[in-house]
Amino acid sequence: MGANNNRLKDKIFQYWGMTCTIMGLVLLAVFIGNIIVEGIGRIDWAFLTNLPSRRPGKAGIYTAMMGSVWILFLTASIAFPLGVASAIYLEEYGTKSRLNNILEINISNLAGVPSIIYGLLGLEVFVRIFGLGGSVLAGAMTLSLLILPIIIVATREAIKAVPKSIKEASFAMGATKWQTIWNQILPSSFGGILTGVILALSRAVGEAAPLIVVGALAYVPFAPSTPMDEFTVMPIQIFNWVSRPQHGFSVNASAAIIVLLAITFLMNGIAVYFRNKWQKKVKW
Amino acid sequence: MKTREKIIEALLKISALVTVLTTIGIILVLSIQSFSFFQEVSILDFVTDTEWTPLFAQKHFGILPLLSGTLIVTFIAIGFALPVGLSIAIYLNEFAPKKFKAIVKPVLELLAAVPTVVYGFFALTVVTPFLQNFYPDLGGFNALSAGLVMGIMIIPFISSLSEDALSAVPKSLREAAYGMGSTRFQTAFKVTVPAASSGIVVSVILAISRAIGETMIVAIAAGQQPRLTLDPTVPIETITAYIVQVSLGDVPHGSIEYKTIFAAGITLFIFTFILNNISFYIKKKYQEKYE
Repeated sequence: MGANNNRLKDKIFQYWGMTCTIMGLVLLAVFIGNIIVEGIGRIDWAFLTNLPSRRPGKAGIYTAMMGSVWILFLTASIAFPLGVASAIYLEEYGTKSRLNNILEINISNLAGVPSIIYGLLGLEVFVRIFGLGGSVLAGAMTLSLLILPIIIVATREAIKAVPKSIKEASFAMGATKWQTIWNQILPSSFGGILTGVILALSRAVGEAAPLIVVGALAYVPFAPSTPMDEFTVMPIQIFNWVSRPQHGFSVNASAAIIVLLAITFLMNGIAVYFRNKWQKKVKW
Repeated sequence: MKTREKIIEALLKISALVTVLTTIGIILVLSIQSFSFFQEVSILDFVTDTEWTPLFAQKHFGILPLLSGTLIVTFIAIGFALPVGLSIAIYLNEFAPKKFKAIVKPVLELLAAVPTVVYGFFALTVVTPFLQNFYPDLGGFNALSAGLVMGIMIIPFISSLSEDALSAVPKSLREAAYGMGSTRFQTAFKVTVPAASSGIVVSVILAISRAIGETMIVAIAAGQQPRLTLDPTVPIETITAYIVQVSLGDVPHGSIEYKTIFAAGITLFIFTFILNNISFYIKKKYQEKYE
């Protein structure tokens, strides 16, 4: 009796676990399917190249898309060098020091700070004190701080995976610390670093809240042409369209979501590709 | 050569210190603005007043309605994501074929990669109308849909991180359980889950912290009406949604309305700060238990 009962429980949980897992997958499918059905018909060349408009049929995502490209480009140029440099310092220099311990706790804490709080920081420091206003640059600096912990953690993992023997061989040949890092450690961990950076940037592309706080506008008539211009990004454009009652805007939102999801999933795909390629190629 | 090495080390150190400056910046900005807020509004009113109407003529500054909004959405999200996410983790770890797990785990992680505005759209245009079929009185904006959809978003936090923790349990423990004649169910619930409990707790705390700070889903689907209630079917407002609402409007710098977003922000920051530190403490304390 007892044994049968236990076997029954085992089976029941197996089916329950399977149901939950499949439910997760089905929800993802329903969710994407639903958006594609509603929005795919709306995507055409004009939708991608038109400026925003009061009439849903004429409105396009050009300014938002260009804003996102600007944000992506500037954020990458700020956060990539800063994040990799911090990770190298933590992993290769002041190891086991008190400062290192503080930095480590601090980074894990920053990773858990809600994105909207970074927005408040950016609003006071970049927008007001630095006087950058609601510019692309202020937005990119804010997002850089937001994704810095992600890049640092990923870079440290990648550097950690480089075997000690390589480092020691380099030192034995008379290379200095920095020569070892630049010529040996960074090239062999580059795949892992790139994966982390791309995943972090894909998070930045989807962020709306901190940029709204920093002062990105829902309506911007032209695409930014310098880092000091005002801007909007795709998630904010979607938010703006979702908040309007007319059905036409809801269709526009679906169409813009398809474009945004395509970009996000593409970036995730590239990151996974690099990770796999790097793991396969590098066999110590 | 020596000086070059020194300069490079100094530059790297400065980069690493940017993260410290970020933390100091966040704390300073929130404290200074909140301090100036609390010179105009008493802290006692802030924590006891049951109305939050800084944007109206008749101003009240009670944080409780925003806090109740935040907590009710978080509660619904975790109430949905915890049982589902944990079941998925246990199923993938103990029951599912290896190949199935290798495919399903990264696919489920895509749920966390979807931008949150997209979830907000989903909650507003799909989940709310769907739930209204069963419960016609459900508001067009409500905490229930926002919470459920947020739950979907955080499933992978719980399922993936808990599965990692379960996988880290030494094989010998599991094999000992099977050797004693345990079923997979018994092995999971009597051996691996207890052994991985610290990792599981950490994953749940991170999920809660993420839910409390989530912004766009609630800004789109939960409404903009701060009210002190536990009813998930009516429009409410969370701390994060309030900050967005003010940021979209044209509030002059230095006004009391402007300062409210920092007072709301520091409340949010304190909550997530405590949760993150608890999880950091658990991680540090228990990480080497089985090594």
